[in-house]
Amino acid sequence: MNAVAALVRKDLRMELRTRESVPSMFLFSLSTFVLFRFGLDRETLSGDLASGVLWVTLLFAAVLGMNRLFVAEREEGGFDAFLLAPVDRTSLFVAKAAVLFGFLVAVEIAAIPVFAVLLLGPSPFQALPGLLAILVLADAGIAIIGTLVGALAVQTRARDLIVPLIALPLVLPVVIAAGHATSPLFAQAGAEALPARWLGVLGLYDLVFGLLALAVFDFLLED
Amino acid sequence: MAPAIELEDVGRAYGERTALAGVTLTLEPGRTLAVFGANGAGKTTLLRILATLLKPHAGRARVLGRDLPAEGWAVRGRVGLLAHDPLLYRELSARENLEFHARLHGVAMERVEALLEQVGLRARADEPVRTLSRGMVQRVAICRASLHEPELLLLDEPLANLDPGAAEAVEPLIGRHAGPARVVISHDVEHGLSEADLVLGLKRGRPAILAPAASAAEIQSLYR
Repeated sequence: MNAVAALVRKDLRMELRTRESVPSMFLFSLSTFVLFRFGLDRETLSGDLASGVLWVTLLFAAVLGMNRLFVAEREEGGFDAFLLAPVDRTSLFVAKAAVLFGFLVAVEIAAIPVFAVLLLGPSPFQALPGLLAILVLADAGIAIIGTLVGALAVQTRARDLIVPLIALPLVLPVVIAAGHATSPLFAQAGAEALPARWLGVLGLYDLVFGLLALAVFDFLLED
Repeated sequence: MAPAIELEDVGRAYGERTALAGVTLTLEPGRTLAVFGANGAGKTTLLRILATLLKPHAGRARVLGRDLPAEGWAVRGRVGLLAHDPLLYRELSARENLEFHARLHGVAMERVEALLEQVGLRARADEPVRTLSRGMVQRVAICRASLHEPELLLLDEPLANLDPGAAEAVEPLIGRHAGPARVVISHDVEHGLSEADLVLGLKRGRPAILAPAASAAEIQSLYR
C-alpha cells in the first residue's frame, strides 16, 4: 500500500503542477456539450438522449486522460525506476487506476453542473443520489479499462490511435449500462427509481475486469 | 558469499539483430567490472540484463546469487542503476523525486536529506529537475541510484557532465571504495582502466577483451 500511496501522490503532484489532464478533459467536455446543444438544435434534453449525451461526452473526455496516464513513466524513465523497486508490480496498476478515477471525478464535479445548465431539462437535484452511485461504478470501470489500455498503448508509437481503438469497444458495456441506468433519472416528469439491474451490470463488469486487469498487468510491464 | 555477477554465454537479440552474445564472466562482491565498447556494442543491453529490465535470450545469468529472470524479484531493490537517462520526473524537484524513490524502496527520509547534503544540492533541492543543469541532474540521478544502498551498482557513464568538485562529492556513493560491486560503462579509458578489477571490451555485441587488466591501446582498438 505504501507503493500505491507514493505513486498516487506523485501523479497528483505532477498533475497539479502541469495541469495536463484534468483541465483538457473538462474543456473537451464543455466544448462537446456546446456542440450537442447546437448540433441537436435543442435547448433542453431529457431521458435517453440526455443520458446518452452525458455518457458519450464523459467517455471521450476519459480517453484524453487514458492517453496521458503513462506518458511520464514512458518518457521520463518511470517504468524502469519502478521496475527496479522491490514492490509488487500490480501496485502501479492500482495507483494509476485510482488516479484516473480521481481525474474523472474531478472532471465530473465541474462538467455535470455545466451539462445541467446547458442541456438538461429536468431538475438534476432529484437525480443526484442515484447519479452519484452510477458515476462511481461507471468511473471505476472506465478507470480499470483505461489503465490497462493506457499501459498497453504507451509502449507503442501510435499511442493516440491505439487507446481509442481498444478502449472504446471495451468500455462500451459500461456506457450501455450507465446510459440505461441514468435515463430514468433524467425523465421529463422527474427522476424515477434507479434501475438496480443496470447497477448490478456495472458492478459485475468492474469486478470481472478488475480481476482480469490485476492478472494480466504484470505481463504488460514484462520485457 | 556468492559472486555479485555470474554470466555464462549470455546473449540477447532484438528481433533478428544480435545485441549481445557469448558473455561469460564472474565478478566478486566489492569488485569493479569496467565495460568498454563503441556505440551499439551491447554495453547498455548488458547493463539492463543485470538490472533485470531485460531478459537474456541465451545463456545463464546469476546476479547476487539469484537466477535471472526467474528470481528477478529477489534482485530488484538490491541493484542500483544509473542509466543514460536519469530516470527522474522533470516536473518534480530533486527532493520530491528522491522522496518518491525512498518510499518505493522503504528508505527513511533522513537518507534523502543526507544524500542531498553530500552532493551539494540542498540549496536547489526544491526546484523542478527540468530547471537544473545537466551536472546537477546527474548528481540527483546518482543519489537515486545509491539511495537504497544497493549491493550492486550498474553505472553508465557515471561521471558524465560532472565537474571535478561534483565528481569528488559523488565518489563516496559510487566510487571504487563505496562498497558495492560495480559495473561501470565508460568512454574515459584511462579512468575506467584505473578503477577496474576486470575489463570487458565488447565489439559488435561479442566480448573482444575479458581480462583483469588491459592497455589503453587494446581498448582503443574496440572503437575502430
